[in-house]
Order: sequence, then C-alpha cells, then structure tokens
Amino acid sequence: MSHYTRTQSQQHPTQRQFNPYTENGGTILAIAGADFSVIAGDTRQSEGYSIQTRYAPKVFKLTDKAVLAVNGFAADGNMFVKKVKQRLEWYRHAHSKDMPLRSIARLIQTMLYAQRFFPYYVYNILGGIEEDGTGAVYSFDPVGSYEREACRAAGSAQSLVQPFLDNQIYFKNQTPVLGTSHPTHLPLRHVVQLVIDSFTSATERHIEVGDGVELYIILARGRGTQGLDSFKDVQELTPHAEGERLFVLRRELKKD
Amino acid sequence: MNTLVSRFTSSSSTELKALDSRDPDYGENEASDITWGSLGGFGNLGLNGIPSFNIPTVPDPTAFLRLHTDDAADSSCRIKIQHGTTTLAFRFQGGVIVAVDSRATAGSYIASGTVKKVIEINPHLLGTMAGGAADCQFWETYLGSQCRIYELRNRERISVAAASKYLSNLVYSYKGMGLSMGTMICGWDKTGPAIFYVDSDGTRLKGDVFSVGSGSTFAYGVLDQGYRWDLTDEEAQELGRRSIYAAGHRDAFSGNTCNLYHVKEDGWKFIGNYDITKLHYEGSQGAAYGYDQRTQ
Repeated sequence: MSHYTRTQSQQHPTQRQFNPYTENGGTILAIAGADFSVIAGDTRQSEGYSIQTRYAPKVFKLTDKAVLAVNGFAADGNMFVKKVKQRLEWYRHAHSKDMPLRSIARLIQTMLYAQRFFPYYVYNILGGIEEDGTGAVYSFDPVGSYEREACRAAGSAQSLVQPFLDNQIYFKNQTPVLGTSHPTHLPLRHVVQLVIDSFTSATERHIEVGDGVELYIILARGRGTQGLDSFKDVQELTPHAEGERLFVLRRELKKD
Repeated sequence: MNTLVSRFTSSSSTELKALDSRDPDYGENEASDITWGSLGGFGNLGLNGIPSFNIPTVPDPTAFLRLHTDDAADSSCRIKIQHGTTTLAFRFQGGVIVAVDSRATAGSYIASGTVKKVIEINPHLLGTMAGGAADCQFWETYLGSQCRIYELRNRERISVAAASKYLSNLVYSYKGMGLSMGTMICGWDKTGPAIFYVDSDGTRLKGDVFSVGSGSTFAYGVLDQGYRWDLTDEEAQELGRRSIYAAGHRDAFSGNTCNLYHVKEDGWKFIGNYDITKLHYEGSQGAAYGYDQRTQ
C-alpha cells in the first residue's frame, strides 16, 4: 500500500450553495389609531458587525394615504417597493384614483406569493387610512400571509419592541383601576411618543438599531393636526390640506 | 403582444412555466394587462388555469427553498414561515363546528396571537389554516374565486366535495415543491353538513371529526371523549371551545385565543373569540376549565 498525502480539498470536500440573501438589520414599527396611522423605521443599514450606511430609508410613501415599511434584505426590499409603486401607478392610470388601502394589502400578498418558490426576504408592514377613514396597519410574512392589526413591530429588534407595544397599546398584563377601563384608541401625541421611545430603547439594547428614525404620520380626511403640533420639525408631504395628509418626522438616534 | 396572442391561441403549453428573468419575455409578461386588469391579483396564475411562479435558476429549486425557509431542519434559516397550530372541526346533528386557536410561531418566537385561522371562503364554506400561513390564505382565497366562477357557470352552489377536490387537485400539482398546508374544508351543501380534510401531500378525506396541527392530539383527547352525533348546538360549541383550550394549555405552539364558528343550513356564523387564559381561570359560562396548581 503506497502512502500519499491528500490535498486540503480532498480532506474536506466543500459544498457550495447559491445564497442570494443577506440580513441588513434594522427595525420597523407601525401603530394604527382611530383616525391616523404612524409607520416608522430606523435608518441604519448593516451587514454582520459593520455599518454600511447611517441613512438608508426603510419607510416609503406609496400614495397620500398609504405608507410601506420594509425590513430584512435591503436589496429585495428596495426592489419590492419599486414594483409595488409601479403597480400603483398603473392602477392610477387605469382607474383615475389611488388604490384603496385594503386593495394594496391584497396586492402585496399576491406579489409576495408570486415569489413563493424564490421568496423576497422582506418583512412588510403597510400603514395608512382605510376608505372608511379609520387608521390601519397590515403586516405580512415574506411569502404573503397578512393580517390587519392595531400595532406591529418587525425586524431585528422585533422581540424587544413588540412586548412593550403589547403592554402599552393593548394593555396586556395590566389591570385597569377599579371602575375604569382601558382606552381602545390612543391619542396621536401619545402614540408618536411611544414610537420614539421604542426606537431609543431598541437602540440602547440592539447593535443593529440606531443612527436615525423616520416616522410617517398619516391623518384621515378632515382630521386636524392636533397632537402633532407639539413636535418640532414636522414636514408635510402632501401639497394641500383636503384629503388625507401625510407628515414625516425625523429624529436622531445614537450612532455607536 | 405575445401575451395577447397567447390569450387567443388554444395550444399554449401545459407545463408549469418558470418565469426566468433571463427570458426576453420576462419583463413583458410582468407588465402585461393580466397583471393589473380585471384579473388583478391572480394575474400570475394565467388565463388557462396554469399558474406560473418565479423559480430560482438553480439545479434543484426545491432544495434551495428548503435551505432558506425550513426552520424545522435548520433554525438559523433566514426566512421563517409561520407554523404551529391547533384546528378542529366536527359534524353533528346541528351542522358543523369549526374551532381554531390564534397563535403563529416563527421558531420559538410568538409572531402573532391574533391570527385568523378560519378562512371565510364564501358564505357557505369555511377553510381552516394549519402549516404555512401564506399557502393556506392564498390558495383558499383563490378557491373562493373558483367557487364563485362555478356558481356563475352552473347556476348552483358548489358542493363541499367538489370544492375540496378542486383544492386537493391544485395542491397535488405542486407536490414535492414545498407547499405546506393541512386544512379542513367545511360547509353545508345539498347533501347536508360536510367536512373534508385536505393536505399538501394530496390526501383528501371525508369524515365526521378532524383535528389538525401540532396541538391536534390534545384536542382529539377532549373531542373524542365528549363527541356524540346528537349534541345540542350549545353542547357542540362548548366541546369545540373546550378542545381548543386543552390544546392551548398543553401545546406550546398553540394558544392565545379560540375562534369558534358554527355552520348551519343557511351558511356559517361566527360565534365568538375566547381568550384561552380567561377560559382557564373563568371558563366560558361559569366554571373555570383549569385547575389550581399545587405548590405545597
């Protein structure tokens, strides 16, 4: 028997696999009120332990009354938002109006499910105003199952933020003072505070969250700006006050 | 243009066509009128009933999908599809009772406690959701459209047997590609109340009592113990509720709340949503379902 040394590759056969996905961190969050909706996301984009950029938006305006937040693999997310926007433009040309929110939700389901065997690695949260004037949040899994909810956090700090929201929005594990009851809808000022606090807290305890947070606030038709006036640097994105109104609020987060 | 031609030709290919991004028709297919016209949402499923999905251009697409989505085999996989469930349905003298839990898990994280696992296909048909949430939601709404088309063509409602067979044939055509669903199609047709169990392996069974999901063994325990054909409506609803409670109590992947439906001759009715923790301490009508834990 002859003795020979095997090369490295013979000793350890390497297997190669097609991996088109990566995880870019960050967190998104949306809360629906009675006649408004707030959708937010941090702006840090990272891969592993390195930060690629401190400003990569994850929240996008679709129409005057619909905002989409995407989280997961940024390339897939940006492509997906682009395609949703294109479909909404086609709808506008065909029907001379914006697509209703519940229809956008169903559209997103079918667009995600069309990729059932080659999924977008994206968690979507859609927020906006329904045709009946109520605030709404729809959350999706990567292959398109969806549900209308009052609040939802997704992304890397989901497990930090969602329990906080369950407690503060749904009043889970809280007992009301005798003779009183928990409110069903919270006022806008309170909700915006909760969202900002969620992100500052997530920044403290999660390495992939930070740099900045962008909040999109959609107000139902005819609703005044009460609750929003106490915040400075609120920028309006809709050109006129009739119809739904869309605002954006930016806040710095810690950068370490 | 090609789509317009193929719409009016009868000899379109019958195999499952993969949308290849390198295919010169790719962009055109996507931008064609079928994606945003009256076919709106189901445009990718084509006009000849032959669905087309985008498939990765790798030697083994199914292995690719499994690599990235199967959290049972590898918990570090990126795309976590929601799993874990208890659903049940049974037939009795007064119709069909459908009861489900509302928990969705991704690995060990409770992704949602408010999932609607009963899919309202139409006013006479209900479907339940176990396995992949998106698979059940998507294909059961699609089944709803097909049932409506059947009604318009035949001027009568589709039978539960036919509807469930439509679904089972459909999922069977995807066998081995990674769909995951275990569903009960429940309804009332001219033969009376009916339940069919349909899963993504292609199994289709007719029966009186079914329970599907990770908590099904616990639900069956209570269900089989209390089941009789001549249950009253109230007794039957209580049995459904009590069985889901048992599963929610013993199965970590089930819980939160119980959604209860009752199908009668004139269609289904939503009975209520019950908090499982509340059922444990307070019960639904008087006595608590749970017992005290001995600590000494």
